[in-house]
Amino acid sequence: MKARVHVMLKDGVLDPQGAAVKHALGTLGFTGVDAVRQGKVIELDLADGTSEAVIGEMCEKLLANMVIESYRVEVL
Amino acid sequence: MKAGVVVFPGSNCDRDMAVALRNAGADVQMIWHKDADLPQGLDLVAIPGGFSFGDYLRCGAIAAQSPICRAVVGHAERGGFVLGVCNGFQVLTETGILPGALLRNNNLKYICRTIELKVATADSAFTQDYKVGDSLQVPIAHHDGNYFADADTVARLEGEDRVAFTYGDNPNGSVDDIAGVLSANRRVLGMMPHPERASEAAHGGTDGAAMFRGLVGQFVAA
Repeated sequence: MKARVHVMLKDGVLDPQGAAVKHALGTLGFTGVDAVRQGKVIELDLADGTSEAVIGEMCEKLLANMVIESYRVEVL
Repeated sequence: MKAGVVVFPGSNCDRDMAVALRNAGADVQMIWHKDADLPQGLDLVAIPGGFSFGDYLRCGAIAAQSPICRAVVGHAERGGFVLGVCNGFQVLTETGILPGALLRNNNLKYICRTIELKVATADSAFTQDYKVGDSLQVPIAHHDGNYFADADTVARLEGEDRVAFTYGDNPNGSVDDIAGVLSANRRVLGMMPHPERASEAAHGGTDGAAMFRGLVGQFVAA
């Protein structure tokens, strides 16, 4: 089985990289981009039957830093 | 004082840290990250600057899961002294020994220059040879030094006098200009600036030397 983990900075945590990307889109002439937030996607190849609880534990112990980030798990 | 300096793949300030501690009179040994136990009888564990494990995933995240870091957490829980500088500070926040996290600098640039550092408390072994308000010249060299903690945590740190250092002119966007924080028992210090690179005349400044003198000195006196 595969799972995809989306890690994003929490709301309220400044994302200077997202702000720079937004600025660059403006420079390219794209209008109407109100905000950009940049995160990361981590794909996991897992043994069949791995529970979402275990994947959640992987996220909280390593894949996301819960002080600044939130995560969402998508089982594929 | 018996001190150990942890060496990860990618550490690059480990020898500077060892020299600064030795110059202050400490008996220093290097500790490899794959060791599961610390040498017996260590008073201080220092986690140096660098780019441990290439900063993969997040700065300090992989190092924080290494065998030696479990031993460092135990050392801190037993009341041992721990000093984390730069990447070492990032590792300490990733282990949860210190609160908060280090984000990308708000100008997105890697910054390598000497900055003004202000002493915010003299109430710790690390800062006892300084006075509150002392202005120090200490180098920084980081891309991810933007200290972040939620408002409650920052209020608690400030209320408990656990902010050790602040920036004179905030270079990286750190909340409340915070450059270094102490643990609740005041025996763990994490800071982004590099006192070990300002500890002998050849460095161009010696403002960081008093940290190592104070820290090592209290064991000599005891």
